[in-house]
Amino acid sequence: MMNKSEKTALLQSASAAKEIEGRSLWRDARIRLFRNKAAVGSMIILGIITLLAIIAPLLSPYAYDQIDWGYIQEGPNWENGHIFGTDGNGRDLFIRVLYGARVSLAVGLLATAVSLIIGVTYGAIAGYFGGKIDSIMMRFVDVLYSLPFMFFVIMLMVVFGRNIFLIFVALGAVEWLTMARIVRGQTLSLRRREFIEAAHATGVSNFKIIFRHVIPNVLGPVIVYMTLTIPQVILTESFLSFLGLGVQEPLTSWGVLISEGAKVIEASTWMLIYPAVFLALTLFCFNFIGDGLRDALDPKDR
Amino acid sequence: MTVMTTAPDKRDNAPILSVRDLKVHFPIPGKGLFAKDRPLKAVDGVDFDLYPGETLGVVGESGCGKSTLGRAILQLIAPSGGQVAWLGKNIVGIPHRDMQPLRRDLQIIFQDPLASLNPRMTIGEIIAEPLVTHKPELGKDEIKTRVKRMMARVGLLPQMINRYPHEFSGGQCQRIGIARAMILEPKLIVCDEPVSALDVSIQAQIVNLLQELQREFDLSLIFISHDLSIVRHICHRIMVLYLGNVMELADRDSIYANPKHPYTKALISAVPIPDPEIERNKERIVLTGDLPSPLSPPSGCVFRTRCPFAQEKCATDVPTIDRVSETQEVACHFHNSI
Amino acid sequence: MTTNHILTVENLSTRFQTPDGEVEAVNNVNFHIDPGETLGVVGESGSGKTQIFLSLMGLLAKNGTSTGSVRYKDKEILNLRPRELNKIRGVSMSMIFQDPMTSLNPYLKISRQMTEVLVEHRGMSEAEALKRAIAMLDRVGIPGAAQRVHMYPHEFSGGMRQRVMIAMALLCDPEVLIADEPTTALDVTVQAQILDLLRDLQTDFNTATVMITHDLGVVAGLCDRVMVMYGGRVVETGTVRDIFYDSHHPYTEGLLKSMPRIDRANEDNMFAIPGQPPNLQNLPTGCAYQERCGYVMDRCCQERPLLKDFGDGRASACFREDGQ
Ligand SMILES: Nc1ncnc2c1ncn2[C@@H]1O[C@H](COP(=O)(O)OP(=O)(O)O)[C@@H](O)[C@H]1O
Ligand SMILES: Nc1ncnc2c1ncn2[C@@H]1O[C@H](COP(=O)(O)OP(=O)(O)O)[C@@H](O)[C@H]1O
Ligand code: SF4
Ligand code: SF4
Ligand SMILES: [Mg+2]
Ligand SMILES: [Mg+2]
Repeated sequence: MMNKSEKTALLQSASAAKEIEGRSLWRDARIRLFRNKAAVGSMIILGIITLLAIIAPLLSPYAYDQIDWGYIQEGPNWENGHIFGTDGNGRDLFIRVLYGARVSLAVGLLATAVSLIIGVTYGAIAGYFGGKIDSIMMRFVDVLYSLPFMFFVIMLMVVFGRNIFLIFVALGAVEWLTMARIVRGQTLSLRRREFIEAAHATGVSNFKIIFRHVIPNVLGPVIVYMTLTIPQVILTESFLSFLGLGVQEPLTSWGVLISEGAKVIEASTWMLIYPAVFLALTLFCFNFIGDGLRDALDPKDR
Repeated sequence: MTVMTTAPDKRDNAPILSVRDLKVHFPIPGKGLFAKDRPLKAVDGVDFDLYPGETLGVVGESGCGKSTLGRAILQLIAPSGGQVAWLGKNIVGIPHRDMQPLRRDLQIIFQDPLASLNPRMTIGEIIAEPLVTHKPELGKDEIKTRVKRMMARVGLLPQMINRYPHEFSGGQCQRIGIARAMILEPKLIVCDEPVSALDVSIQAQIVNLLQELQREFDLSLIFISHDLSIVRHICHRIMVLYLGNVMELADRDSIYANPKHPYTKALISAVPIPDPEIERNKERIVLTGDLPSPLSPPSGCVFRTRCPFAQEKCATDVPTIDRVSETQEVACHFHNSI
Repeated sequence: MTTNHILTVENLSTRFQTPDGEVEAVNNVNFHIDPGETLGVVGESGSGKTQIFLSLMGLLAKNGTSTGSVRYKDKEILNLRPRELNKIRGVSMSMIFQDPMTSLNPYLKISRQMTEVLVEHRGMSEAEALKRAIAMLDRVGIPGAAQRVHMYPHEFSGGMRQRVMIAMALLCDPEVLIADEPTTALDVTVQAQILDLLRDLQTDFNTATVMITHDLGVVAGLCDRVMVMYGGRVVETGTVRDIFYDSHHPYTEGLLKSMPRIDRANEDNMFAIPGQPPNLQNLPTGCAYQERCGYVMDRCCQERPLLKDFGDGRASACFREDGQ
């Protein structure tokens, strides 16, 4: 056995040593994610699409609402710069697909962000407090769930008029419900864990326990669900646009473009194919990233 | 190095903790649509005193209410009845605001070392949390210094301060848990099976650490365990629980040399001894059957369904706790004759 | 060499491929089991006890591979195809685990799970099989076996479930029963019942038993021979008396000394082996125990001590034996 002075000497030399950097679970997950080829490829593709959407005006001599009277509903043509062809109004499809990307991606990201903030906070509070608070909060979610979504959106449109901002709100307001349920379930099981109990025992406030102990530990499933929500929101927006409830002309989204393309599918296939390819590619990418994240965050079942 | 493990002298001191008739009944939803809740009597009338610097062992089979008792004492579970007097003042049912400052003196250590640490926090943050909560005025640097000092004290290298729990072995995680419990220099730590999940060679390290800390800081410990050999080593007094009831409460030497309650006798004789000669030739009291459901405990003496000495009286009368000597109390009708 | 061993294991090594590199969980292990004897396998968690027996039962996780030789009587069984293995495992060799639920199907009645084996391997009729199942449950001390055989696993308590497992394992009169920490999850009083049962069964059926455990008390009461594992390697073997009264290896010695004992009052600090169990991914060169050993010498850090035979089945892997 070491005697006291030996021990203190050892400890003093040790405390003089440099602090060692820890390897957080997040870092581990990131490393695992970057080993996943499908996920990395998807991230690159999504990055490119996003970049294209951002710098869109620089890429084409045409504006998204500019009508080229010479080429109405013509196929792809490299010589005149309409590389994806033009639509029925003679507008350049390439630039319109990229502007569509702006709207679709923005709707996806913003609506998901809204759902994330509301859903995580709501679910964590319900799950953490449990009992009556939980029952009341989750019944409220159930009621909202059972409201017909389309009815809700159409009502908003009728009252406030067509407005892209409203689409964010409407989609976010619906998506948070599932998020809240997921987070609540996770929190319920976390609540029993000893480290939460230890925090209680020391007298850490409920607010701090939720934000310091609960939420960081439910973030894994939340992130995975988020990558599945984004494509879902994009699809819903496309669907709304398809029904004519989406963005307003001359602005566009992939949904609008696809719906226009679908009407003239026999005469001008390109009008359907290009936006559809972009949409499908994006959806696939998000799904691959979601799968990769799930494996990276939950390495137990490798 | 020889150290005294004898109980601190009680006569001079008032108990630091007095538990009287403590009850925890969990309402279990009845079967059927309109059935009433049935009470699960996890802890059903427990009395004891704990003195400064003393270790009280709480033993019994799993499900007998050890953890529930520990948590009820710390007010992590609201007791259904009875009193817990901390430094002379009852703390059952007092407002959250009044309980909060008391928590710095009351800490807990858990069985599963890894599960008791937040996987997303560095161990520096974990150990600092009680300090940040109770002494925010200290400032970052002072807190860090204290955390490092405590890490060194419990046998962790201070330069590991930025590491995460999953980077440590089970024994080291338990040291982290102990550092967190010790950082405010509390007066009482409830240890809920702190070494049960650890390997034998590591168990001894942790037990030694707890004993050293106890002597250094005059800590009181409530040491919950199902391992009677460890309890014999670390505890001054031992309380045997069965279905939420105290069967026997005695100081260590009395209980191991001269157990009075049939359940205590059976428990002690069931522990395997790592010596082939002794183990193969020792006398044993083998209990039949399993623990009854705590939802419908036996009438009279709760132990009677497994007691080899049970008689008619045991089914009808609940045994009272008898003081058989200065240091030993037993709840059995026939403790004199068996 | 006589070949009346039931099981002979030679140079068994088991490796796991993980994203963080290779783990050698079992490292060049040799031992044998004779009819009717009880072999205790002790060591800290992670020392490779379970993986030895999963390897020879062909139950390794997908990322694991084994090399070496395992003979059941005279037949090589390591890495056999599952169809061939099924003729042996569960029939001539059975294994029970710490958590019985891992090997019981929660959705099937016990009766179904027990008769299935008998019908398949013994060609019994359903009625015969049920009768034998009930008799076996009765034998392992399940009260009301005739009724309880029709219950589901979750309707049994932990101790009863372990009895059911033992009954199932013994259905086909196996020659080897491998018990992997069968009492670790149980309370001492129930553990005592199960240990009694195993002792009884051993006299009745003369089954060779392997008792995997970390509790030296259990070994002391039950085993004839003992094999001590550390870091995936066997560090000492011998009869139970050899190991308990005259251990050679410093690890065995430390393990024995650090066991708290209920039959002794102890006024001192407990003896503790310093340090942590080794990381199998990153074993030091030389002896795996060097960082915790009180007798460590230069040589221990350079070369690996091999298991040295002292005759009578006695062996130890430590340089101290030939050093001083
Ligand atoms: N939150 C709870 N709700 C209902 N029953 C509980 C709860 N916590 C514990 N119990 C029951 O109380 C009894 C005692 O449990 P516990 O104190 O955990 O026992 P021990 O720690 O001795 O193993 C058990 O029967 C258990 O099922
Ligand atoms: N599927 C696996 N992949 C990687 N490592 C494994 C796997 N299964 C077991 N191991 C490793 O093998 C070692 C030995 O395990 P085991 O035999 O189960 O130990 P024990 O002695 O506790 O029974 C452990 O260190 C464990 O980490
Ligand atoms: S009161 Fe009766 S049943 Fe209870 S322990 Fe004593 S003899 Fe046994
Ligand atoms: S070989 Fe050396 S380090 Fe290993 S047990 Fe023997 S003396 Fe100790
Ligand atoms: Mg418990
Ligand atoms: Mg094992």
